[in-house]
Amino acid sequence: MGKRGISEKTFDRLNILFVMMIVLVITYPVIFIVSASISDPAAVNTGKMWLWPVDITFDGFKKVFQNEAIWRGYYNTIIYTLVGTAIHLVLLLPASYALSRKELKGKKLLLWFILFTMLFNGGLIPTYLVVKSLGMLDTMWAIVIPGVVGAWSLLVARTFFQQSIPDQLVEAAKIDGASDIFIFFRIALPLSAPLIAVMALFHGVSMWNQYFGALIYLSDESKYPLQLVLREILIVNEISGDGMMEGAGTTGSLVEQVKTADLIKYAVMIVSALPLLIIYPFLQKYFVKGVLIGSVKE
Amino acid sequence: MAQTMGPTLKRKRLATTWKSMKRNWQLYLLLLPTLLFFTIFHYIPMYGVQIAFKDFYANMGIIGSPWIGFGHFERFFESYYFWRLLKNTILLNLYQLLLFPLPIILALMLNELKNSAFKKWSQTLTYAPHFISVVVVVGMVVAFLDPITGIVNLAIKGLGGEAIPFLTSPEWFRHVYVWSGEWQSLGWGTIIYLAALAGVNPELHEAAKVDGATAFQRIWHINIPSILPTIVVLFILNIGKFMSIGFEKVLLMQNSLNSETSDIIQTFVYETGLLEGQYSFAAAVGLFDSAINIILLILVNYLARRVSENSLW
Repeated sequence: MGKRGISEKTFDRLNILFVMMIVLVITYPVIFIVSASISDPAAVNTGKMWLWPVDITFDGFKKVFQNEAIWRGYYNTIIYTLVGTAIHLVLLLPASYALSRKELKGKKLLLWFILFTMLFNGGLIPTYLVVKSLGMLDTMWAIVIPGVVGAWSLLVARTFFQQSIPDQLVEAAKIDGASDIFIFFRIALPLSAPLIAVMALFHGVSMWNQYFGALIYLSDESKYPLQLVLREILIVNEISGDGMMEGAGTTGSLVEQVKTADLIKYAVMIVSALPLLIIYPFLQKYFVKGVLIGSVKE
Repeated sequence: MAQTMGPTLKRKRLATTWKSMKRNWQLYLLLLPTLLFFTIFHYIPMYGVQIAFKDFYANMGIIGSPWIGFGHFERFFESYYFWRLLKNTILLNLYQLLLFPLPIILALMLNELKNSAFKKWSQTLTYAPHFISVVVVVGMVVAFLDPITGIVNLAIKGLGGEAIPFLTSPEWFRHVYVWSGEWQSLGWGTIIYLAALAGVNPELHEAAKVDGATAFQRIWHINIPSILPTIVVLFILNIGKFMSIGFEKVLLMQNSLNSETSDIIQTFVYETGLLEGQYSFAAAVGLFDSAINIILLILVNYLARRVSENSLW
């Protein structure tokens, strides 16, 4: 047998080698932007800097922190994330708890009401028209409300409640005269800290990273979240080049503009991505748990 | 069932249901805000889909605007860009679907690692890009692939090649889109498979080893069959997202020079609907897109059930 195929040992070594290569390929771009953010743009743009920082300078970060639009975007993003996540939990937890109770009559119908939205939705235009007709355009609510809770999170949370709140506990409390609302707040919620952490993290990350809602619903630049500000800096200006020309006359020469853009480009990527990249390894097990409860088949 | 019951029995059942609902009214109260949310932000838009069959005028509202039937659909199907949009949408999604096995392979590889510290580090590092926003990812792509200053083109030139305008050439759009997406989601995609692999009975592997099976044989005959149900379900879910994945990223990567391949149905809906204000027409195009989605999902689910007994429903 040993002739065909390779031995266990060779297999293990090759496997380690391949995994290492994949890890390197995935990690390299991140290391690159970290290094580039504190290197002289001249070194970055000529390929002198390719792994570790060259001609270290913090001018990029200085420029970023002087940039009012980025600060405001940061502030807006934090507000949208906090408010959005809070409303997410307020809508998610009571509803999914109720859906997990056996004594809820018509549960099947209610579940279908929610699940059907996974299969079919009105689409971009009809949703936009609803948001518009509610007078939410150009307000925080257009960013926070339309996707605040979805069928997927409700299913995940329902599964959690079903598995972790024993029926006997609820029945015992009811015999003692506790109401459902009391049981939800005093028994179910205190037992679901991990669920709350997982759901808040998932929603928080998606709020932090989303740009599309802001793109279609906001026209007032002072309300832009960070991602939309970044879009202007990293993509709109870079690809078209036109954006650069327009501003040229007002704030210094074109060369100067391009230089500034080069300087802050990597620093803004870091400013946006680093908070999550640093926090996530500590919360990794919660994120993994979230993916796994979510994959439990109905 | 209802017909076989006598009228009194039926009334009795209704009465007990009503009684139980009254007794548990607080549960319904807990559900109410969320049901309202779903009604307003999911079901009213579904009702609003009818504008696809109307000529929508804002001042007349959804209900007041005149019906025109399938006019918008006909206009879309007959337009010269219809085939281009359909082709681009299908090709981009097919390309993406082709990479479906990659996270499975990586999960199988990670699962074979015996050094648990190395395994954990590999997982943490490969999951990380999942947390980077799509704007920053596209920003990185733009920076790395710049024809003059991008590290990729600097490397190509360093090796004696010619700079490639990746972002402004239609030939490159799909590759750049799909592979940058794979960079971001490959690691994260392994999570579910790794969990499924953790459930494989180690005794099977021991027995196979005693019988002289090689590592590849063990993976092929034990691991893969064990996680097959997971693979099938995830595959169906992937098909369910066919025609609709990654549109926000396409929009960021799109420019007038690569639109020949980057114009997809959903970016078209955004442009004609929200930028040009042709609400009815765009809603019709969007409806066409979701109709294809649903048909595909039902079809694949049906096939999966027949072939492998694993399906969503």
